Amino acid sequence: MHSTATTSGARDHARAQEHHHDPSAPRPVVPATLANGLPPGVPAAAVVWEEVLGPGGATSRELARGTRVRLTDLDGDACASILCFNAAMPSERLCVADTVKVQWQAYPRAGTLLLSDLGRVLATIVEDTSARHDALCGPSNRAGNDRRYGDGSVAGPAPNARDRFLVAVAKHGLGARDVHPCLNLFKGVHVEPDGTLRWLGEPTAPGLHVELRCELPILLVVVNAPHVLDDRPRYTCTRLRITAWRGEPAGADDPVRHATPEARRAFENTEEYLRARGDA
Amino acid sequence: MTVLCDVVVPARNPWTGVVPAGASVGIVDLAGNQAVDFLAYDAHDHAIRYSAQATVAAAGNVYLRAGSVLRSDDSLPLMTVVATDCARHDTLAGACSQESNSLRYGHHTRPQHACVDNFLLALAPHGMGKRDVVANVNWFMNVPVEPDGTLGIVDGISAPGLSVRLRAERDLLLVVSNCPQVNNPCNGFDPTPVRVVVEVPS
Repeated sequence: MHSTATTSGARDHARAQEHHHDPSAPRPVVPATLANGLPPGVPAAAVVWEEVLGPGGATSRELARGTRVRLTDLDGDACASILCFNAAMPSERLCVADTVKVQWQAYPRAGTLLLSDLGRVLATIVEDTSARHDALCGPSNRAGNDRRYGDGSVAGPAPNARDRFLVAVAKHGLGARDVHPCLNLFKGVHVEPDGTLRWLGEPTAPGLHVELRCELPILLVVVNAPHVLDDRPRYTCTRLRITAWRGEPAGADDPVRHATPEARRAFENTEEYLRARGDA
Repeated sequence: MTVLCDVVVPARNPWTGVVPAGASVGIVDLAGNQAVDFLAYDAHDHAIRYSAQATVAAAGNVYLRAGSVLRSDDSLPLMTVVATDCARHDTLAGACSQESNSLRYGHHTRPQHACVDNFLLALAPHGMGKRDVVANVNWFMNVPVEPDGTLGIVDGISAPGLSVRLRAERDLLLVVSNCPQVNNPCNGFDPTPVRVVVEVPS
């Protein structure tokens, strides 16, 4: 133990922290190339982001076009709420309404394109072993978490996803007006014929994952917090792993590109934009 | 009630109005099956704005009907649907745009006028822009969601003269785009005028 009564003691104390922590606690791995347990075929040298979010955690990262991002529900009860922006021009952002409308499908799944509000593909869901996701309900908010858990503030034991988003985007110079409707991954909803939402939030087997492929340079914001419709009285949320590595965007023969005429035109718009900028 | 505003919004055009808390806002589908794209912002803080997701989550239902409460991102009540004689309204399918039209119908439709352009045009005098355009309400638009998640804009369930009446729960800036879409049935392939009536208790 070091005394912290003096600056030299406080400095020694501060520098000792790195060696006195719980190695299993949620954290980013820096540098990410030290990550263990990578998906098959992913070389450690290609890893650009490795992080585990605990309950209520949030993070964000700018990612190059082609990057693969795997979100893993390590223990079967995570809920990953995501925002996605064009990193070069964040006023262009994920448009959930266009994502469901243009693709004629309310439930995101493998092959779903994350469409921007300018008719381009921000990212593609290339793998999905969960198949329970939600594009309709958005993030939890302070009032709802206060009501359910007592204290829903970011500083408290039950952080709400909405305020987590506000803090996360602020670190990129963005504000409340930039926080767009989100996707919730690993917790689904089903729409009954009369419009009623049925929550599909039961815990699952551990280790289910969703993998995104960035089709533009993106800013990805991730919050891991109980779904807004999660009516369990306790703040219930387990660890979320994020692993990202360098890769290539959709190729000319990619089946996702050719799956529908809407997808083909979305990729055409995306590549037209990049070519004109000299980026592709 | 005192009438603050009684206007016919021409086909394909935007409309904006600032209404006080307690105001009654009526929207009339004059010719039938005319989608009315709609956004609401706190008149004093435009960052407090309509959230389709918060609205749907709080209601536990994706459709807007009599009694539905339009909410902000923080789930504050902005407006309440007091009455409507159209069975339900949409808030999942968003607004048409030149860009999304190019995906939905082909690159040849990009030059066509669209609701997002109406929103941008209407918001500009208020110092607002693209960041302020969020998922909106589509009054009188019919978007069923099938059991497998398939959803889409189909033939309307409105009719000439059907209306929706809302109560403002705060002072609000309201923005309407009288939808110009001609590539799907949201306007019966024929955009028509709608009427907006704002009244306050005398």
